[in-house]
Parts: sequence; C-alpha cells; structure tokens
Amino acid sequence: MAEKTFAGITVQVDDDGYLIDPNQWTEDIAKEMAKEDGLELTDQHIEVLKFLREKYLKGETLTIRSVGKSGIVDIKGFYKLFPGAPLKKASKYAGLPKPSSCV
Amino acid sequence: MADNRKVSIIVSKGRLEDVYAGLVMANGAVMEGIETKMFFTFFGLHALKPKFMNRLHTAVVGNPALRMPGDLPFPTLLGIIPFVEAGISAMMRKEMEKLDVPPVDEFLEMIDAGGGEIYACKLAMDMFKLKKEDLHPLVKDVLTVGEFYEISKGGEIIFI
Repeated sequence: MAEKTFAGITVQVDDDGYLIDPNQWTEDIAKEMAKEDGLELTDQHIEVLKFLREKYLKGETLTIRSVGKSGIVDIKGFYKLFPGAPLKKASKYAGLPKPSSCV
Repeated sequence: MADNRKVSIIVSKGRLEDVYAGLVMANGAVMEGIETKMFFTFFGLHALKPKFMNRLHTAVVGNPALRMPGDLPFPTLLGIIPFVEAGISAMMRKEMEKLDVPPVDEFLEMIDAGGGEIYACKLAMDMFKLKKEDLHPLVKDVLTVGEFYEISKGGEIIFI
C-alpha cells in the first residue's frame, strides 16, 4: 500500500495503483491517473468510468460485455478508449479494484 | 499493460467445454493486451459453423466428471436417452449466460473487437469438405500448418 496525491487529494493505492477506497474517487483523480499513463480522458471516457462505478457499487461484476451493452460505447470503441487492457485500465481510473471477472 | 506478449490458441475439439476454454483464454488474453490468434482445427471447426456455433453440446456419455445436483454422479445410461444431452448442454449454456459469458458468435465478435484474429485449419477444412463461406464471417483466413507457425512465431502456443 502506498499514498499518492492526485489533483491535490492524497489517496491510498495498492501495489498496482488501484485506489483502496473507491469513495475517495473524483473525476480529477481519474484524469490525473490517466495522464500518468499518457492518456487524456474525454467526456466519453468519464461516462464509461461512471458506468463502471455505478455497476460496481451495486455489487455487480464488471465485464467487457456489459460495457459493450451500456449504450455508451461498443466493445471495439471501449478498446480504443482504453488501449491495451480496457477493463483493467478503466477500473483503475474509475477508482475501483482490479477486475475480478474472466470475461 | 500493452506489451509484446503473444499467444496462439488451438481449438481442436467441438465440445462445449473445449470450445469455451479456448474462447475464454483467447478473450482473456485480448483483454490483457496480449496479441492473440485462434486456430480452429478438426472438430473445433464445428464451433465456427453459424448454424451450430451457439448450440454446442457437452458429452453426457462417458464423462465421469459430469454431476447431477448434489454432486451425484451422472449415470452414463441416462445420457443415451434422446434430448438428455441437449437439455444438459442447454442448462450449461444458461448458467454461463448468467456469468456474462456470451454465446459463441458474440464471443468471437468480442475477440475480434479487441484485435484478436480467428483462423481455420486448411487440412481439416478439406477433410470435412468445408469452404470458408461455410464458416462464420469473422474467420480471417484458412491456413496451412506452416502458415500457422509463421503467424505464431515468437509467441506461446496453447493446444486445447
């Protein structure tokens, strides 16, 4: 566990950089986190992050498929928004733990 | 996260569990940002036929791990009764759907959307008298074994 400061807010993160407490999340934290990885978040990115947060806080498992059905972006678009490993990256920027699903 | 890892997954069997093992591993690799290729051969090709792909079956005869509710062994003799195999396979597909595991065609679309590639084996196609048009449109190409090794060069190969 480590402490990091994003947008003036000090938060606890795990070894992979995921927030320990999802409630500490703000949009500015997300933007700064992504910037560290060289990614500039747009409104559409933020919309996806909010969708993931809503699902997670309801206790649902996050999957790529559910993002594809969210109406915000299709799966191809999701990969484009968060290149490489979309669900992992998006979960991280959304202040959520590393995804625990296999799909 | 996006790195130089690369994997090729060969699906050689057409049973529900074998095909899904390949699809889950391939999609999982794509989700990790790993360059992913799938190669369907022999009975695995069955999973690429649009008419059958979403109705794959599991073996209910001679499958010692198949259990009934309460973890009781499933008697092989029951498996020979008409529709039992279809019923059990349908049940398995339903349980997977609950876990957000998609049907085969949608799974292929997910893999493709993430940049994964799907190929079919030429020898097996010839043997089963199949043409590329008989397979799902996302099948990128029909390859010889040599071509398969060519595209898999430098990566890991998983055989299912």
